[in-house]
Amino acid sequence: MVRIIDRRFDSKKKSTVNRQRFMRRFKGQIRRAVSDAIEGRSIRDLDSGEQISIPAKDLSEPSFHQGREGVWEQVFSGNDRFAEGDAIDRPLSGEGGGGSKASKDGEGEDDFVFALSREEFLDIFFEDLALPNLVRTQLAKITEFKSRRAGFTSDGVPTNINVVRSLRGALGRRMALGGPLAARVREINAELEELEQDEIANAERIKALKEERANLRVRMEAIPFIDQFDLRYNNRVKEPQPVTQAVMFCLMDVSGSMDEHKKSTAKRFFMLLYLFLKRNYEHIEVVFVRHHTIAKEVDENDFFYSRESGGTVVSSALHMMTDIIRERYSPSQWNIYGAQASDGDNWDNDSPLCYKILDEELLALVRYFAYIEITAGEPQNLWRQYEALSERHPNFAMQRIESLEDIYPVFRELFKKEPA
Amino acid sequence: MSDIILERKKLPSGAEWSFEAIDAYHEEIARVAADYGLDTYRVQIEMITSEQMMDAYASVGMPVNYHHWTFGKQFLATERQYKRGQMGLAYEIVINSDPCIAYLMEENTLTMQALVIAHAAYGHNAFFKGNYLFRTWTSPDAIVDYLIFARNYIAQCEERHGVEAVEELLDSCHALMNLGVDRYKRPPKLSMAKERERQQEREAYLQSQVNELWRTLPEQETSEAPRERPRFPPEPQENLLYFIEKHAPLLEPWQREIVRIVRKVAQYFFPQRQTQVMNEGWASFWHYTLLNTLYDEGLLADSFMMEFLHSHSSVLYQPNYNDPWYNGINPYALGFAMWQDIRRICEQPTDEDRAWFPEIAGSDWRETFDFAMRNFKDESFIAQFLSPKLMREFKFFAVVDDDEKSKLSVSAIHDEHGFRALRERLSNQYNLGCREPNIQIWNVDVRGDRSLTLRYQPYNRRPLADSAEEVMKHLARLWGFTVRLETVQPDGSARVSYECRREKRHAGNGGSAQR
Repeated sequence: MVRIIDRRFDSKKKSTVNRQRFMRRFKGQIRRAVSDAIEGRSIRDLDSGEQISIPAKDLSEPSFHQGREGVWEQVFSGNDRFAEGDAIDRPLSGEGGGGSKASKDGEGEDDFVFALSREEFLDIFFEDLALPNLVRTQLAKITEFKSRRAGFTSDGVPTNINVVRSLRGALGRRMALGGPLAARVREINAELEELEQDEIANAERIKALKEERANLRVRMEAIPFIDQFDLRYNNRVKEPQPVTQAVMFCLMDVSGSMDEHKKSTAKRFFMLLYLFLKRNYEHIEVVFVRHHTIAKEVDENDFFYSRESGGTVVSSALHMMTDIIRERYSPSQWNIYGAQASDGDNWDNDSPLCYKILDEELLALVRYFAYIEITAGEPQNLWRQYEALSERHPNFAMQRIESLEDIYPVFRELFKKEPA
Repeated sequence: MSDIILERKKLPSGAEWSFEAIDAYHEEIARVAADYGLDTYRVQIEMITSEQMMDAYASVGMPVNYHHWTFGKQFLATERQYKRGQMGLAYEIVINSDPCIAYLMEENTLTMQALVIAHAAYGHNAFFKGNYLFRTWTSPDAIVDYLIFARNYIAQCEERHGVEAVEELLDSCHALMNLGVDRYKRPPKLSMAKERERQQEREAYLQSQVNELWRTLPEQETSEAPRERPRFPPEPQENLLYFIEKHAPLLEPWQREIVRIVRKVAQYFFPQRQTQVMNEGWASFWHYTLLNTLYDEGLLADSFMMEFLHSHSSVLYQPNYNDPWYNGINPYALGFAMWQDIRRICEQPTDEDRAWFPEIAGSDWRETFDFAMRNFKDESFIAQFLSPKLMREFKFFAVVDDDEKSKLSVSAIHDEHGFRALRERLSNQYNLGCREPNIQIWNVDVRGDRSLTLRYQPYNRRPLADSAEEVMKHLARLWGFTVRLETVQPDGSARVSYECRREKRHAGNGGSAQR
């Protein structure tokens, strides 16, 4: 018999370490590929793994080998037309490729493509990022409790007595204690029935038995119907109830000045925010509010792809956000995040109003509010109002984005890990 | 004969394998292999999952290896190919160890398991045991232990000196791996116990040697005029990693040990690189012959044979030069055809064979096989045994690509006039001396700036590929001082092609990055 060893169940994932080493080494390239990959996806559709491709030349391992020049003589198979001494136009290598001239490990110039798992994908995305105010969120979690049934206990307060359980216990106890007595009574009854066929002869015995039966009955009646011992109380424990739900408000200016390019920049910013929050909350809702002079709650498609024109009144969206929070998302149960994207163009007399809404109302309700201004131009009045705001409120942040490449750095800046 | 056939029971058929079925197949294959006189190491069969197979592929086919990102990269590449179905047939790994370990993948059908047993556990196994290169350069009884030692040692270094420092060092060693072998000297036997025992001693000793070489005490003044100093090393050295291990001025003892580990592993795989055609051809010949013998004995179902022949012929397919999937000469196809052909020359020689192969035409094929398997490598095997008949069958032709001429030219084809030239060209193609650049350590400026000079001797005017610049940086990292590479010109003079400068005062302790 040959030695056959079944190794299928040992040392799985042997390559994990090597795989991690690979990821670590090419973090930069992988990160770039990941951020390319999110383009063209919907906001909620980002939370999966990804095929990543990075340039093969970046990860080639150099070694000494001969270059293409000089004299090469190579043997090919399948001669169909050549005779010795024939001259051939040069690109035979296109037909024949391969051989010793191909790159050493046969990888050629193609990109190196591989699959990232969902975890790896998101890890790379959110490395170095942490939720602002995360500490506070965690503390808040513990203060909210929910009472939950947790079986039965044998002591407690009368209001918590569980009648069915208690009576069931009593019945069991009565059966256990009274059972032997009842059995003896049945025996006596049977014997008496027999003896009573000749009552005279057995008179004495009958009397004794009847006496015993009476005693037994007394004892049986002495067994209490319910005892302290039988009582069962409903047990309730308090469990800390983490608030693992969040709502994210996307506010966007859709006035005529916000062109497709700016909207797609905003979209990617919102995507990042969604993904980021998704990592921290089990349940997350997204509310899209767009506005020009008036605000409107819409679905994602309308949010990004329909065009409006006309003026801009930013405060309309802030008003609407406040209203929606009051109606649907109580801050005691929801972690609320707001992100506003605009090109910074607002009616002059509206900007102080925005300041007021945020300062007096909204920022007290939300965990974090981020404003991004997508423009290459000079900051305008809204920006200056907001600047004053960010000095007063640590949960308010603002950044300017000029082009797509800025999104990720800006996002990181907005949501950077706060030093412990 | 027919009585024996009747006695034997047909082997289990169907796609599903079981341990009993594998055992039954193995028993019959082993019996037939012994009948044919195959001398092998003991066989150990290990059943593994496809993921484990990819692991094994990723770590150059060894059951254990040290950790490095390049193996992670291999794994990802293999995984992708496998998932796309580009790979599968080749899923067979056998380890040159005693006992010889053959991996079977659980996803394979019973037929494939039998094929792999015949191919790997008997074909490759016998080759490992018999071929002179493997006998000289490898120690099958010690390799697994050595790799365990290496992995543990490198893991310890990572703990002590940081993953990054070790990774950089390994990167540099890997870049020089192909030039980390002795071609002619036989290395001492590897063994974990000895290795561990001697390692401490070696550290101390090596360091003292290096110190001696690099001593900075001023030499005694002599009144004579400065005489021509002997070059160091006195003879050019081809084993770069060995030279670095022994003489690099700034390496720490643990770094020398890692250089040594990479060198030993490179050395272990050196015979594989020189015997691919022979070895794969040999293993293919034997799986084909062993299983056909079993079929002739009536042990195998027709369905088994159909599946077996299907995968056999897809592995051994040789596309023509103008097929889109042509990727050079398939070593399986060439090797298999040559071994088949040698048997034919022994058993049914033609006049042409008698003229070309007077010593083997009509000889006992098994003796001839044994002789050929033991004493050749690809280069000499082809030079010795490639017959005109095969060259005609493959329709071989040789093409010269000279960058100084505007057109390619056909230098030889499969005709009476071209056979010898063609055979020599093909043999050359497998000669590592032509395939790999000839680079040797030429000089060290022992008394001056400690710079290291390599010399490249171009073959057929071929320059080094651009990657050389990167490799030189790795070399400089190991050496710790300026390194340069000179190319020998047609007139015999040498000209500097690459230089990677490292000033003495900037050199760290050999580990600082160039990137």
